Amino acid sequence: MSLTFELNLSDNLKPDAASSSFSELQDVTIIGAGPAGLSAAIYAQRKGLKTLVVGSRIGGQVLDTSAIENYPGFSSISGEGLVQQFQNHIKSLQVTVEQLEVAEISTRDHTKILHLTDGREIRSKTIIIASGSHHRQLGVPGEGRLKGRGVVYCAICDGPFFQDRRVMVAGGGNAAVEAVIDLAKIAKEVIIVHRSQLRADDILIKRMQQLENVEIYLETTIEEILGDTMLEGIRVLKRDTGEEMIIQGDGLFIEIGYQPNTTIFQNTLNMNEKGEIIVDSLLQTSISGIFAAGDVAESLYKQVVISAGDGAKAALAANDYINHLQIRKEHENASTDGRGQSTIA
Amino acid sequence: MQVLTEEVKAQLREILALMEKEVHLALFTKSGECPTCEETIAMLDDLKDVNPKILVHHYDLEENQQEASDWGVKLAPSIVVLNDQKEYLGIKFNGIPAGHEINSFIKTLLEVSGSGTELPLDTKERLEALTVPINIKVFVTLGCPHCPGAVEKAHKLALSSTHISSEMIEAQTFSDLSNEYSVSSVPKIVINDQYEFVGDQPLEVFLEEIEKISMPS
Ligand SMILES: Cc1cc2nc3c(=O)[nH]c(=O)nc-3n(C[C@H](O)[C@H](O)[C@H](O)COP(=O)(O)OP(=O)(O)OC[C@H]3O[C@@H](n4cnc5c(N)ncnc54)[C@H](O)[C@@H]3O)c2cc1C
Repeated sequence: MSLTFELNLSDNLKPDAASSSFSELQDVTIIGAGPAGLSAAIYAQRKGLKTLVVGSRIGGQVLDTSAIENYPGFSSISGEGLVQQFQNHIKSLQVTVEQLEVAEISTRDHTKILHLTDGREIRSKTIIIASGSHHRQLGVPGEGRLKGRGVVYCAICDGPFFQDRRVMVAGGGNAAVEAVIDLAKIAKEVIIVHRSQLRADDILIKRMQQLENVEIYLETTIEEILGDTMLEGIRVLKRDTGEEMIIQGDGLFIEIGYQPNTTIFQNTLNMNEKGEIIVDSLLQTSISGIFAAGDVAESLYKQVVISAGDGAKAALAANDYINHLQIRKEHENASTDGRGQSTIA
Repeated sequence: MQVLTEEVKAQLREILALMEKEVHLALFTKSGECPTCEETIAMLDDLKDVNPKILVHHYDLEENQQEASDWGVKLAPSIVVLNDQKEYLGIKFNGIPAGHEINSFIKTLLEVSGSGTELPLDTKERLEALTVPINIKVFVTLGCPHCPGAVEKAHKLALSSTHISSEMIEAQTFSDLSNEYSVSSVPKIVINDQYEFVGDQPLEVFLEEIEKISMPS
């Protein structure tokens, strides 16, 4: 066992140390501390806005990744390592990060309100939603029953349980192929099953194809997960021939894409059929002053660099919104003053 | 042996500055084969340097049977977290809390030292209604980024109710035990060896499973 220590706690764990976040009106409150949220925080803080990040897991899904090889500036870096870099950056700017969970949001006039699961409220002029996404389920018989009993969703968490065993991976994107490459080092055999053609990066596919203990089934759908109390195999359908077959194995890693974390916004914001928040070109949602960035927002591509880019864009848009709000308020004040004068006259 | 790098130590110094009261750690090891025991001893030695409010006491699982049975220690290495009065609070870490698990360990130290967060009122009320002993086991691996969240919740519940005890179990060090509990995915949470679920679920799920035992329907 090689020992490392992956510390990623906020410096701000003591609740009363930051009580001002709960009483004072914030300029920007960011929900989520993944790449989108942290990048938004960097931009908002540098604009001089009163910025607060509320995120349950600092680093977001980057922590679930063993290696990232497509983020500019790092030809290869561990998920942990990249999160550490983000955190150092955030810290150097003294952004307040609260490790808390949001239960709901609402609006009162121009003010946005975040309701936390611990019952407290935060008031803010704008909100940037960067709550990311989580793994999707396959949705076939057996999945619920065997979840945690051979059906697993996190390769870096559960890989160690399958030492010298035969494991299967469902999916054909980068996450699936990366899981195969990682698992091939631990397991005896790895079988990847995907319903169409691989859509992972060529460089990863080539790396996978060089591995001797990997078998690849394409155009193959998983129909059922088999086993009583522990997973024993999967029943698949080969789409080209219509042939059904059973693949035996001890574990099935499901890496078939992601579902946005948006249930808490269901009643407040417009969403598409995938549950992604609908945004305009400035990443503004159906409520003005509320923005969405990264994996939660409507977009085909989910990547660290894209989320970070979104975060920056949303923060700049929030800054503009606040400036316009200010002008609008002054304008409103001026016009009421004007009316006042005219009634006197 | 030093296991914490200077960089990690510096970060910890900053975070643990929030500790209010002293925290006693009772570390159980055993002679003979004891995977990760040496590393755990070294880790706690390093932690003592980081903050003098952390006090470490060494015990041997076989020789100190009284303490082991008082605190329900059956494995080694095992760290029992005690408050400033050296009172048992029902929480332990079986296996080294390294990797991602350092996060739950540090949070627990802060909680026990008195700088923790409050549970919502209705959760407290539900915990006060408990009448039977509840044991929560949380199986983890050190590479699992979701696991500390589950350990923190379980420990928080144990700290908030005298009826609840909670233990982290590092599944690779204690592989026989994890086989016995059919652990193939972490975090896996087992309540009174009777009910189980997988994943860092919301506190509500922990409460519902606990209430299944406390108030059988
Ligand atoms: C296994 C795996 C491998 C991957 N590999 C790569 C890769 O190699 N390269 C690449 O570019 N991308 C990769 N990705 C995709 C990439 O990780 C995501 O696109 C990216 O992390 C999305 O960033 P985000 O900030 O939008 O959301 P997330 O990273 O999902 O962060 C969401 C944040 O919101 C918080 N949150 C959620 N709900 C709440 C709430 N109610 N209250 C408070 N906080 C909340 C979470 O705790 C978290 O902090 C991979 C993903 C996975 C899972």
